[in-house]
Amino acid sequence: MDNNALGRIYDAGEVIFRQGDLGDQMYVIQEGKVEVVLEQDGKEIVIAVRGPGEFFGEMALFEREERMATVRALGQVRILSVDRKNLLRRVHEDPSLAVHIIQTMSQRIRKLSGEVGRLESWLLELGLSPKAGNNKL
Amino acid sequence: MRKTNFTKQFNIRQQWRPDQLRLEDGSRVAVMGGGPAGSFFGYFLLEQAERVSLKLQLDIYEPRDYSLAGPPGCNMCAGIVSESLIQMLALDGINLPPRVVQRGMDSYMLHNNAGQVRLETPYLEKRIGAVFRGTGPRGIANSERISFDGFLLERAVAKGANLIRKRVDGVERVDGRIQLKTRGDQPQVYDFLAVATGVNTSALRIFSSLNISYQPPRLALTFVRDYLFGREQVEATFGHTIHFFMLDVEGLDFAAVVPKGDYVTICVLGKVVTQERFEILLDKPAVRSCMPPGWDPKEYVCHCAPRINFTGAVHPYAEQMVFLGDCGVARLYKDGIGAAYRAAKAASTAVIYSGIGEADLERYYGRASRRMENDNVIGKIIFALIDLFVKPWRITASATLRMVESEQKKPAGQRWMSEIIWDVFTGSAPYREVLWRMFNPAFWSRMLWYVGISLVRRS
Repeated sequence: MDNNALGRIYDAGEVIFRQGDLGDQMYVIQEGKVEVVLEQDGKEIVIAVRGPGEFFGEMALFEREERMATVRALGQVRILSVDRKNLLRRVHEDPSLAVHIIQTMSQRIRKLSGEVGRLESWLLELGLSPKAGNNKL
Repeated sequence: MRKTNFTKQFNIRQQWRPDQLRLEDGSRVAVMGGGPAGSFFGYFLLEQAERVSLKLQLDIYEPRDYSLAGPPGCNMCAGIVSESLIQMLALDGINLPPRVVQRGMDSYMLHNNAGQVRLETPYLEKRIGAVFRGTGPRGIANSERISFDGFLLERAVAKGANLIRKRVDGVERVDGRIQLKTRGDQPQVYDFLAVATGVNTSALRIFSSLNISYQPPRLALTFVRDYLFGREQVEATFGHTIHFFMLDVEGLDFAAVVPKGDYVTICVLGKVVTQERFEILLDKPAVRSCMPPGWDPKEYVCHCAPRINFTGAVHPYAEQMVFLGDCGVARLYKDGIGAAYRAAKAASTAVIYSGIGEADLERYYGRASRRMENDNVIGKIIFALIDLFVKPWRITASATLRMVESEQKKPAGQRWMSEIIWDVFTGSAPYREVLWRMFNPAFWSRMLWYVGISLVRRS
């Protein structure tokens, strides 16, 4: 990767942030890919892969909660970070700046809703009702 | 374009008044100038129009060919893309690729009469971009990198803008629309005109016949020179650091040394910059110490003396017309490209969501321009304070450096002086916020402490 380019270069497997960390930045991928990993009961579940032009970690800008997943470099990756303070100041001056973030978040909610729907129908086919809070799950 | 009936317009732009001038499907928009302000305006206008399902025809008039080396393809400036602009562009979906950025920067070195101190970005992330506005200095060969202005213009064209490689040499109002004339072509009529010609041109003269309240900004002269050192020498001597100089040379506010690829650009700004003062500055030990051994200030490969705004334009809008970038209102001494971005976005938002009449532009674009201009007044106060209390006095200059140095390992929020200096030079925060921080008692108590230390050390 070009050492003169913008952002910071992470090597393969390097962690950008960990689940449970407190964050005040979001990240925009300039080159390469990252995986978003949920750690549960000692197991790792890859819930998404993000590529060039995509962003992640945006929830930390809008809520002061812990990171809900770990993000790791898949191969070498170049990433630009965006500070919460800088972003919120600019959104205050120019609300249209948030539109691109809202559009992406909306697409992700749509995709997640589709996946939840498919999961529910799969559970029903197995004779398990997710809404009943089946303990076997 | 027509005056609309309110009842027919109950859509996302539902607050139209019946007598309001607005753009409609098929409206024609012209942009004079394809530098950053013009390209940003074209790009964001088309993007926002798409969001409200409005189909516009947009022509950008730009005679300059950014693929040419030297002055014919260059818009003449230091070529720094600020940290805040890079972040905002990324959020807007515009990521600057490596072929546009000559060198990513991770730090600033501040030089004053007492020495120097380094300020770094968190984790040494390269958050500031050094770019060539054209393809590069005179004589550049086989550059694999491209012009920053050319890249932005490409983005506007990819969004749907039509590029016309002609110079506009006449403008008239005809039947409530704006007619532009170019040599050898039929005049073209538009519903809205964005003027983004910059100030280093005679193009603004054609507006004197229009009977509008616009008055161009007052200007100051700057000097820019490029030196060829070769990539390895640039890497070894400068790394990824921009050098800023606050030295006591009459009429000069500050100077910057910016490494880019095989070259280094030196730029000097101030109220009264002259060739003689520029040469005095280049001969200062602080400047010489950061350049490669044997450097001769007279052996430059490209140079220019562009003018920049010292005040904003008066009334940078009129009926169906707006003045953007340097020919409108820019930020004092810093982040000119960022100011063009802000102005272009404010204008495109006003045009799409408000209207194109003078009153609508005044309400939205005029407010944004005034905010920037008021901030520049505060910027002048800050530079006056630096001139009075820091530059001439070795004790305060030394205290400034000591304070910055001691803050480097402290968390954000406790770096009083570092954040003030960072924001003054990078444009990451408005001047009013910087001034507010300068009046904080915590800042002054620490500053006085370091003045005391400097006095003790000196004695």
